[in-house]
Amino acid sequence: MVGIVAYGAYVPRLRLNRQAVYDANKWFAAGLRGLAKGERSMANWDEDSITMAVEASRDCLTSHKAEDVRNIYFASTTHPFKDRQNAGVIGTALNIEQNLLASDVAGSLKAGTSALIAGLNASKSGDATLVAAADKRMARVASANELNYGDGAAALLCGTENVIAKLVGHHSVSMDFVDHFRGEDAEFDYGWEERWIRDEGYSKIVPPAIKAALAACKLKGSDVTHFIMPSPMPAVPKQMAKICGVAEGAVRDLLGANLGDTGSAHALVMLVDALETAKAGDKIMVVAFGQGVDVLVFEVTAENAKLAKRKGLSGWLARRKEEKNYMKFLAFNEMLPIDKGMRAEFDKKTALSVLWRKRDMIYGLVGGKCKVCGTVQFPRSQVCVNPNCHAIDSQDPYAMAGLEANVMSFTADSLVYSPDPPGYYGMITFPEGGRFMADFTDSDKEQVKVGAKMRMTFRIRDNDTMRGGFKRYFWKAAPV
Amino acid sequence: MARGIKDKVAILGMGCSKFGERWDSGAEELMLEAYKEAIADAGIDAKQLNAAWFSTAIDEVHVGKSGIPLSTTLRLPNIPVTHVENMCASGTEAFRGACYAVASGAADFALALGVEKLKDTGYGGLPGGRGGPLQALWSASGTAPGNFAQLATAYMTAHGVSADDLKKAIGHVSWKSHQNGAKNPKAHLQKAVEMDTILNAPMIASPLGLFDCCGVSDGAAAAIVTTPEIAKALGKANIVSVKALQLSVSNGSESGHNSWDGSYFHTTRIASKKAYEEAGIKNPRNEVSMFEVHDCFSVTELVTMEDLHISETGKGWKDVLDGFYDADGKIPCQIDGGLKCFGHPIGASGLRMLYEMYLQLQGRAGARQLKDPKIGMTHNLGGAPRENVSSVAIVGRYE
Repeated sequence: MVGIVAYGAYVPRLRLNRQAVYDANKWFAAGLRGLAKGERSMANWDEDSITMAVEASRDCLTSHKAEDVRNIYFASTTHPFKDRQNAGVIGTALNIEQNLLASDVAGSLKAGTSALIAGLNASKSGDATLVAAADKRMARVASANELNYGDGAAALLCGTENVIAKLVGHHSVSMDFVDHFRGEDAEFDYGWEERWIRDEGYSKIVPPAIKAALAACKLKGSDVTHFIMPSPMPAVPKQMAKICGVAEGAVRDLLGANLGDTGSAHALVMLVDALETAKAGDKIMVVAFGQGVDVLVFEVTAENAKLAKRKGLSGWLARRKEEKNYMKFLAFNEMLPIDKGMRAEFDKKTALSVLWRKRDMIYGLVGGKCKVCGTVQFPRSQVCVNPNCHAIDSQDPYAMAGLEANVMSFTADSLVYSPDPPGYYGMITFPEGGRFMADFTDSDKEQVKVGAKMRMTFRIRDNDTMRGGFKRYFWKAAPV
Repeated sequence: MARGIKDKVAILGMGCSKFGERWDSGAEELMLEAYKEAIADAGIDAKQLNAAWFSTAIDEVHVGKSGIPLSTTLRLPNIPVTHVENMCASGTEAFRGACYAVASGAADFALALGVEKLKDTGYGGLPGGRGGPLQALWSASGTAPGNFAQLATAYMTAHGVSADDLKKAIGHVSWKSHQNGAKNPKAHLQKAVEMDTILNAPMIASPLGLFDCCGVSDGAAAAIVTTPEIAKALGKANIVSVKALQLSVSNGSESGHNSWDGSYFHTTRIASKKAYEEAGIKNPRNEVSMFEVHDCFSVTELVTMEDLHISETGKGWKDVLDGFYDADGKIPCQIDGGLKCFGHPIGASGLRMLYEMYLQLQGRAGARQLKDPKIGMTHNLGGAPRENVSSVAIVGRYE
């Protein structure tokens, strides 16, 4: 039996208040009033699709060992790198390199489901396969997309043991129906008229594909317990369900009220949402539209109830801070030529040779543990840091990303350049041993205190815009 | 412990430029300004110099590498010139090199000169963006105020000092230095400041406000050293000799091992203890007449006075509030205004501190002159509380 064996999700902490966006833009785009309700997720300045996918993958692997993963598929339409394997960065961050096939899946909003189909097929042999999907979508100022989009990620582990949702079947069609596109030189999507997309696209392409999938699975529309279908037009999934005999009550909420449409990740995000409460025997249909359509059908097993607790979509959604400052949203997305000052001009050139030598330290947050005295330390060094030891070449690698740390000292620095001033950083100590001066993220004055518990999170450290946007990633501390 | 160099080296002459935002001068002009005073004070000819030590900390924004900038600017007679860098302790490092050359007999006359020209960067604060390619990948994006602000949070935690008490104590540290700087014509900042202004200043890196931070200054300072015997032979009276020079450098235990609580300077405790031994000082609180310590931030000075074994650990803030370190207190500290008001051209700072000790010991400190000082002690701290170089120098009358 092949299927999903674990799930995880990630949603950035900030939630942009849509009314605040509308209030700023209504002088120009009064017609957006109908969308000015609820909130959408908003990536922090140091988050992108890679960092969000890493977080969702860590959430997913709460119950499983990362080193057992043999394949990683990373779906996104906003991969930070055009040429540099994005999935490979996730692998290194999870400390998996050997015996790993990593692959990026891109180019369409159904990239998430296409990656999931590939992942399920790859895991038939028994190889654990991680499918991650994330998007941080850009939208023009005062557009409907700006209000509808959200930033987020999902991850699913596929395998053959302790399957929580068995793959019943899948069906795909691929046709070049261009409802929107983003060319090589474009920052934003360019879309055609919604009514045409609905009448000539969804209505003519989706129902036959769903019916073909149902037939292949020997199921009727009425057998579907959870119908998952992202769409920028909320009425469309209900119409498609109705045409195919799926009960209206089975159509899953699009999570528009407090998350927004997370692009190629959204079908998987909604699947995680469904799996969190699905019962054994439930049939889940996942439909993703984008130059064709992917349809997957799962049956939930009794294992789902036994899956170890994780944050999941609900947990990450519950961690939330409202953001009413639309200017901040624009600045974080580099859509505001804000005066950053000369301190933002320092060269961010990365020595790629150093990054390669130290990749387990930088991307994996791997420190050392002294075989002689047992002291855990970061970074791993040739001479043990313990003043009473100083043994040479005595350390084994010691992974620290999963450990909680405490704040020993900290400051809120108004002098340092930070896209979100003041810059919070401080000395964090790990109860197992080890400490370092770390940048903090997702932090507020109220949360950062001496003794506060911190969780390590994989983030953007710098963006080398002088060289086309080489992003430096490292681990930061965020309040638990 | 080694035998040390107590009384083996005498200061023959010193000079110090006016510190401040010296828009009129480059590093070269500043170097010459300090040198002219030092060589005239020493009463020797440049041709008599046997060796020189040249200190800077951020030379990439002014003179660049090597000993050549000093040799060229002063047209030195092709003698050895060694360029030293040890962050904020660089000036004292140049002095240490020159003193060791004299103490060893390798040189009869040695020059130590430090300079920093920081105000050609286009922005306030220290130039940033240094550090190697690995550090750039992981080290927290901190500034000097942010690093030292954490000394304050850790100190409060370790000793149960309230934020209010600490703010008042570090405010007093700066208030006192402004009082002193107002009497120093070479100081960068020569204006006394009210306590209220200090306490209500904008925050730079919490809990450090604007007045808790020293400024960024241009300047140079120089010393010419010889042996006490040669100084006497040259007819010098009131000879000031070197009693101790010590340096302690972090080895990573504070930044990487959980035995350090962040509330003190591990290195300063070690360097000062060794310095007292070298100088033969048993009870520093009674024997040292005055201090110039590294008050890059007000809290640095407060904690340093504990680590120099003058104030009891955790009680330094009380001594400060009692006026113990004021100009009219038991042991005046920063009588020339300190880094806070005299200024902090990094490579020159250690030599600037010695310049004030030298003037005070010779009774030449003008409006700031203390009554009959016998022993002066200077201290520099380069780096951050978690990883630093700490240098200590003790000078005094040569009896």
